[in-house]
Amino acid sequence: MDIRHPIPGNGGDWAVKFGEIWNSQISQVRDTFGAGIEDIKMPDTYPTDVPIVYVQRSKILEVLKYFKESVGFEYGFLADITATDESGSPRFEVAYQLFSHSRLCRIRIKVRVPEGEAIPSAVSLWKGADWAEREVFDMFGITFSGHPNLRRILMDERWVGHPLRKDYPIRGYQIFTDSQAVDPERLK
Amino acid sequence: MTNTREGRRSQIELPVGYQVEHDPDDLWGDARVVVNIGPTHPAMHGALRMVAKLNGETIEKSYCEFGFTHRAKEKLGENRTFHNFTVYTDRLNYCSALINNVTYALAVEKLMGIQVPERCMWIRMICCELARIMDHLICIGINAVDLGAFSFFLYGFHQREEAYTLVEKLCGARLTTSFTRIGGLMADAPDGFERELKAWVEKTRKVIDEMDELLTNNKIWKKRTVGVGVFNKEDCMQYSFSGPNARAAGIDLDLRRDQPCLLYKEVEFDVPVAQNGDVFDRYMVRLSEIRQSLNILSQCADKMKKGPIWSEDKRVRIPEKTVVHNTMEGMIHHFKFFMTGFEVPPGEAYTQFEAANGELGFYIVSKGASRAHRMRIRGPSVWHFQGISPMVEGEKIADMVAALGSINIIAGELDR
Repeated sequence: MDIRHPIPGNGGDWAVKFGEIWNSQISQVRDTFGAGIEDIKMPDTYPTDVPIVYVQRSKILEVLKYFKESVGFEYGFLADITATDESGSPRFEVAYQLFSHSRLCRIRIKVRVPEGEAIPSAVSLWKGADWAEREVFDMFGITFSGHPNLRRILMDERWVGHPLRKDYPIRGYQIFTDSQAVDPERLK
Repeated sequence: MTNTREGRRSQIELPVGYQVEHDPDDLWGDARVVVNIGPTHPAMHGALRMVAKLNGETIEKSYCEFGFTHRAKEKLGENRTFHNFTVYTDRLNYCSALINNVTYALAVEKLMGIQVPERCMWIRMICCELARIMDHLICIGINAVDLGAFSFFLYGFHQREEAYTLVEKLCGARLTTSFTRIGGLMADAPDGFERELKAWVEKTRKVIDEMDELLTNNKIWKKRTVGVGVFNKEDCMQYSFSGPNARAAGIDLDLRRDQPCLLYKEVEFDVPVAQNGDVFDRYMVRLSEIRQSLNILSQCADKMKKGPIWSEDKRVRIPEKTVVHNTMEGMIHHFKFFMTGFEVPPGEAYTQFEAANGELGFYIVSKGASRAHRMRIRGPSVWHFQGISPMVEGEKIADMVAALGSINIIAGELDR
C-alpha cells in the first residue's frame, strides 16, 4: 500500500473530490502554454497527492501568475516554496505548493534547475516569497533572478557551502563566535 | 485619523523647514537611531533579532534576522528513519508539541496508505485541541504580560498547567511529548481519562469567561491593541498568513473545517473570524477559538469508544514487549524495526494541518528507503515573522512588542 491507497479524511479522497477541477485546469494550462509545460504527473499514475505541473524555467513566472489570477484557478495562497536535490541532471527541482481558498484544492508546480543557473523570483507575485526563496538559496545555492535581497537567511552570512545539498556532510559544522553586524543598507 | 496605518505613516515626515545635512560619516541621516532588539531580549519571543531605524519612537524601517536556534531539522530528516524523526517534531512548536506529532504521523501515514483506527483518531484530536488551547493561552497571556497585564496571564497559566498534567497522564511527558507513532500511538489513554478531561473542560470554560471579563473591555488594553499592528486581508494573502492571524483579518478559512482530516467532520464547531486584523482582533479570535476547542474536546470525550489504537499494518506495528522479551523472532523484529526502520514506498505528499499558529505542513519526498529523500517542514511562524516588518512600519516601538506578541512567533518552528 502506498499513497494511492485512499485514506478518507487524510487527503485520500482528493482525487475523487478535485479530479474534475484538476483535469479541466490542466487541459486549460496545456492549451495556454503549450511547450511551456514540460510534464504533468497526475495522482492516478504517479504516487503523489496532488498533480505536479513541470514548467519550463523561463515560463515559471507566467504560469504562476496564471494559476494565481485566472478565473477558475485562483490559487492565491502560496503555501510553500522549497527545493529538492535530485543529484541528477538537471540537479535541482524547485517546488511551489499552491492552495486555492475559493476551491479548497491544492496543486504543486515544479521547475527543474541545473546547478549554477538562476530562475525568476516570484516576489513580484507574492511578497511573502522573499524569505522562502532566500531559504532555498541558503540551503541549496539556487539563485533567483530579480530577487530584491538574495542573501542567507538561516545560516550565518559567512557560511561556506549549502547544507541541504546531498553532498554536504551531516556534521559539517562551522562555528562563528561573533555576531553579524547591523547592515545599514537594509534600513534605507 | 491618527489611529490608522496611513495616519501613523504620515507622522514620519519631518517638520516643514527641517533640513537634513548630509554628513558622509553619518550613515543614518539626522535624528535617526538604530536600535538592535534581540536576539536575547525579554520582549522578543525566543532568539529573534530585529534591527529598527527609529525616528523618535516611530519605526521607520526595520529588518529581522533569525536562525539562532537552527538545528538543521530538515537535514536530520534525511538522515534519521521515519520513526526516529518523531522526536524532532516535538521541538518545532514546543508550545503545542502534540499537534506537530500528529501532523507528522499523518504525513507519513498518507505516504504509506495507512488508516488508523477510530479510537486513535479521537485521541489524536483530543491531543490537537488540548495543544491548541495551551498554545493560545500562552500566546494571549504573554501578549498581555508584554503590555503590562500580569494577572491575566496567571489565570491562563494555571489552566495550562492542568492541561499539561492531562498530557502527562497520556504520555508521561509534559513538554516534549513524542506521543504519536506512525500508524498508532505510544499508549492508550488511561482509564477515566474522558472524565478528567471533561472536568478540566468545564473548569477551563469558567476560567476563560473570567479572563474575558478581566481583559477584553479593559480601557488600557483596548488603547494598546485596537488599531495596532494592522495587517489586512490583502497583506495576509501576500505574506501567506494562515490560522488565527489570517482569520483576524477576515479570511474565513480553517483547515479543520475546509480540508478535514481525522474525524473533524463529525464534531461541531464554529470558526471565529474578525475583520480588522489588528492586535485586538487576533486576541479575540484566539480567545473564541479556545472556547470552540473546549466544545470539540467535550464532544470527543463523549464520542470516544474503547477499541484498538494501532493500525493493522504489519510494516509499522512496533512489536509487543512480551513477544520481544520471550521469543527470538520478536527480538529480531524489534531490532530491525528500531535500527533500520521501515521502508516508505516512493512518492511525495504535502500534508497540512491547522496547527495552533496556522498551516503546518510536511512535504515529504520518499524514494522507497527508510529515510526521507526530502523532509520539508513548513512552519507558519516563518511566514508570520516575515510580515512583522511591514506590519510595524510607522508604528511606535512599544507597539512592535504588542504586534510581535500577537502573531505568536515560536522560535523552534521558525528556525527548525
